[in-house]
Amino acid sequence: MSLRQPLPHDAAKLHVTGAARYVDDIPLPANTLHLAFGLSQIAHGKLLSLNLDAVRAAPGVVQVWAYEDLPSACDCGPAVHDEPMLCDGTIHYLGQPLFLVAADSHLAARKAARLAEVETETLTPILTIDDALAANSRFEEGPRIWSSGDPAHAIANAPNQVEGTLELGGQEHFYLEGQASAALPLEDGDIHVHASTQHPTEIQHKVADALGLSMHNVRVECRRMGGGFGGKESQGNALAIACAVAAAATGRPAKMRYDRDDDFMITGKRHDFRITYRAGFDDSGRVSGVEFLQYARCGWAQDLSLPVADRAMLHADNAYHLPAVRIESHRLKTHTQSATAFRGFGGPQGMVGIERVMDHIAHQLGKDPLDVRRVNYYAPPGAAALHKTPYGQTVEDFILHELTEDLVARSGYHQRRAAIARWNAENPILKKGIALTPVKFGISFTLTHLNQAGALVHVYQDGSIAMNHGGTEMGQGLFQKVAQVAAHGFGVPIDRVRITATDTAKVPNTSATAASSGSDLNGAAVAAACATIRARMAAHLAELHQCTPGDVHFENGRVTAGATEMTFDDAAALCHHGRISLSATGFYKTPDIVWDRIKGQGRPFYYFAYGAACTEVVFDTMTGENRILRADIVHDCGASLNPALDLGQIEGAYVQGAGWLTCEELVWDQTGRLRTHAPSTYKIPACSDRPEVFNVSLWKGQNSQPTIYRSKAVGEPPFMLGISAFLALSDALSACGPNYPNLNAPATAERLLLAIRDVRATEQTALS
Amino acid sequence: MTISFLLNGEQIELAEVDATTTLLDWLRETKGLTGTKEGCNEGDCGACTVMVRDTHGAKALNACILFLPQLDGKAVRTIEGISGPGGALHPVQDAMITHHGAQCGFCTPGFVVSMAVAHQAGDRNHNDALAGNLCRCTGYAPIVRAAEVAAEAPVPEWMADTLPPPADFPHSALSETAWSPTSTGELAGLFAAHPDATLVAGATDVGLWVTKNLKALDKVIFLGRCSDLQHITEDDTQIRIGAGVTMDRLYSFMRDKHPAYAELIRRYGSAQVRAAATIGGNIANGSPIGDNPPPLIALGASVQLRYRKYRRQVPVEAFFLEYGKQDRRPGEFVEAITIPKQPDRLRAYKLSKRFDQDISAVCGAFNITVEDGDVSAARIAFGGMAGVPKRAAAVERAIIGKPWRDQTLIDAWSAWEEDFQPLSDMRASADYRITAACNMLSRVLLEDLGAKTNVLEVRP
Repeated sequence: MSLRQPLPHDAAKLHVTGAARYVDDIPLPANTLHLAFGLSQIAHGKLLSLNLDAVRAAPGVVQVWAYEDLPSACDCGPAVHDEPMLCDGTIHYLGQPLFLVAADSHLAARKAARLAEVETETLTPILTIDDALAANSRFEEGPRIWSSGDPAHAIANAPNQVEGTLELGGQEHFYLEGQASAALPLEDGDIHVHASTQHPTEIQHKVADALGLSMHNVRVECRRMGGGFGGKESQGNALAIACAVAAAATGRPAKMRYDRDDDFMITGKRHDFRITYRAGFDDSGRVSGVEFLQYARCGWAQDLSLPVADRAMLHADNAYHLPAVRIESHRLKTHTQSATAFRGFGGPQGMVGIERVMDHIAHQLGKDPLDVRRVNYYAPPGAAALHKTPYGQTVEDFILHELTEDLVARSGYHQRRAAIARWNAENPILKKGIALTPVKFGISFTLTHLNQAGALVHVYQDGSIAMNHGGTEMGQGLFQKVAQVAAHGFGVPIDRVRITATDTAKVPNTSATAASSGSDLNGAAVAAACATIRARMAAHLAELHQCTPGDVHFENGRVTAGATEMTFDDAAALCHHGRISLSATGFYKTPDIVWDRIKGQGRPFYYFAYGAACTEVVFDTMTGENRILRADIVHDCGASLNPALDLGQIEGAYVQGAGWLTCEELVWDQTGRLRTHAPSTYKIPACSDRPEVFNVSLWKGQNSQPTIYRSKAVGEPPFMLGISAFLALSDALSACGPNYPNLNAPATAERLLLAIRDVRATEQTALS
Repeated sequence: MTISFLLNGEQIELAEVDATTTLLDWLRETKGLTGTKEGCNEGDCGACTVMVRDTHGAKALNACILFLPQLDGKAVRTIEGISGPGGALHPVQDAMITHHGAQCGFCTPGFVVSMAVAHQAGDRNHNDALAGNLCRCTGYAPIVRAAEVAAEAPVPEWMADTLPPPADFPHSALSETAWSPTSTGELAGLFAAHPDATLVAGATDVGLWVTKNLKALDKVIFLGRCSDLQHITEDDTQIRIGAGVTMDRLYSFMRDKHPAYAELIRRYGSAQVRAAATIGGNIANGSPIGDNPPPLIALGASVQLRYRKYRRQVPVEAFFLEYGKQDRRPGEFVEAITIPKQPDRLRAYKLSKRFDQDISAVCGAFNITVEDGDVSAARIAFGGMAGVPKRAAAVERAIIGKPWRDQTLIDAWSAWEEDFQPLSDMRASADYRITAACNMLSRVLLEDLGAKTNVLEVRP
């Protein structure tokens, strides 16, 4: 009765009353220590000496650690051991933690952390993509190259060609709750960690590794995060390890939360990319061959950069069949924050590349970009010949033909494009633009073994249910969706299901809540646990009431066994008296996926999620100032588990995606210092930046694969709907002159104003 | 020695207050009221928004840059005090649940408080009321839907607060190093005696010295109780704005007098910042990117400075000597701004990466009088183009006496370089700054000719 209902977020009432607890809100003993890192002020060099006397002598300071004082290297890296928590002698970026302070207050720790005397030898930092290429500074031995067909030949023999380069800036997560962790020392050396993390098992693993413990000595709990977006997949490791080290050393609880500026300076962000492209196509715009060079700026440590860059390659096709394609991906190592997971995980960058190609082709042919997109779409389901992606996966569920048609109608795309042309002809200063872009996003972790999940469900003898699984709640509503699955499993109202904090002591060996996989994996694991318990109950009740287990039904809070009807609560009590186990684990692994990332071949994705957005913008040719006026979206969530929560994900993702490509700009200076390190200088969209008219609909359909109740993943795919805002700005620029805009991202007012010069070519303008 | 204020209806008396303890830290660490969140600790995200009522009414303020002594005699409501007795939900809380306005929930208490303040004031301009609250999850649409629905419901009776009497500290001393005078005369004496003290009005700038630079303020004088510093008066020739007038009050005042200035103030800071920041603070801190100086210079305004009983007036542009240095002697303070009465010809444009709550890359103000088709008078000033807010003297000379048309502006091209050699930084490049500044002057002309030039005025 709760499945598919638009129920509010499970913690909505706690959120609006301020009663929802985050890590920093958990009451801790009065003797809790507060931690802060002292940070490097140079981007690359050698740490010659670290005099911490003044830090130790500062008011409130209890203990101070340099690298040598730690119990181990305290490695924080999620993939390889290349991230010592504190500088081991080599300074890799400006903002790198050099030492750790524990004090009796947060403020005392922050103040003391600025008092070190640091002697360094400065070396030339590698900061940009060009720096890294010149120095051949990279992860892996060389570029990854995937290809199919003979694109060079196809391009050379095509009637038309385009080529170009696109720069894409990074993005700060700006989760409203900064990174935070707390550790409580338990008896016999065990540690209990509260962390704001998307990956409790990783925290458990890294803390155990740092302290020389087994994983069973470390328990990690996370009730909720104040936003994650990928930024809490690996970036919380350092704080949790620091707290555990301090707790183990002192026997006192320890808590660490980054001040916002420290959070910006220390933690990784979305990878910025440079993409160069070359494509050949016929007079209809149909692509015969395309080549991409993708350069990813990965920062100082490997972190998750390899799978991020892989996913950028995996989305270089987006919604388009590319008969011949070559993608060369460079993972460049620089002396900057280690770029990390961020909603879309490289997919958005890869996707902007091909969307730019489609746009450029249309401009060259003088066609509506939507026509060029559609002529290149993958074949629909049921087509005589289904297409394969560049990596060899057959696209079986391509619904974008119909979905696009629906959006064209809902948005009035063609009429509005004509109206905009008229408006632009009448207005010399302000120009409007429109773009309709599709999204096809692959669902599954590309590291195949991560596609598993566990759950633990208890039915208590009073009929109340406690549900636990390995997924984490960061605002996306995962807990409520999965609770709806559990309530449906027992045929009880949602309020009979108690959601409990993610806890490595309850469900072990979990994957990060990432790759949009949360509800697919954990929903299925919980459903399996519920089915186990229900089958036991049904068998027992059938025996008591002389019917078959198939005649036992769980609905509307009641259970019928043959002719007997009782409340679910009574049924639970009966089963308890009958010595039936009312607790079960559940497990799920995604079927049918195989992937060879070196060859770039296989079926990495269980299915694809689709969507499309149409955005209209206006911009000022005198200043570059711009606004999104209207956005229309149709997005595919399969058969939604909760349409209200899915709608919320889509709206929020669109605004975040548009922010990435418009107003959010990260600026590093020539010394490698990030100059945009707080909301005063780094501008995420504010309330008035959302589209004034914002129409979002869910596509009516269901997943062709048997996912949990035929729903689809929703976390990341709609992020890329924001690409339509970027290309709408490019379209508006096209109204200023004959040349292709070659707009880079983020399309700040400044970039737009400068792009006009190129678009106008030799045209002389008043004063610019 | 004691300050007193209401907290969620409860009388609080605090003795021996540390002058620079923020309300946010005190709520979370001392009172255990953790509903109010720290998102940025610099007044830019609104997660710590609280409701503060004083004699001017109820305002939303950022608790992270609000020092405890500033609360004396006021009434504070945190998120815990927005719900009613027995946990009854405020209409905005109810609507936020029904309309799915919270996802991760961390920004939500701040939003709810801002919404409750706007709800109480009957303010339905939700974009403006919420410009100082950042949300990274929802994209804001469901929050605005909630605000629209809640607007129809009456204000719950539990939201009424009666202001407590302010504490009576002997000699206005909070401690041996902190004072809270009640008149400008008293302030003048104190500051002359302690010229090394930091003057704190709204703390939207000084707050960051404490929370971000971790600076210890040795001596502090709070200006909030100097009610005679907070008057706006006008006569036939001039408008006089007391230095302690907050930007939200100046905004209301300017809407009729100089709407372009009012629009600049609307964008200058969020509701929370406008309710705390003062005109005097924005001038006195000497920032090259403060948004008040350009329009004030363009309007021919003066700064009134006071030392003890001695007063002097300097034109606003002359107050800013060079980067980090103003024409202000030790113990002297900004007492008021005076603006000559004049017909409104002011145009003001603010360029920033985001429209709301962002620091200007370039802020330009233009006061150009045209008679019989010729420019008869021009005062043009910019922020963000030099180390100080600066008048475009050469450009003014180049257009005065010339026909008000495109060719005059083209002919004035070289004057720009004479006036400005802007810097490149994280907000904008020098190229963009100078190009956009030139174009702003063209925009004044185009507006006079009736062209559409403002993207904010284009509707879908």
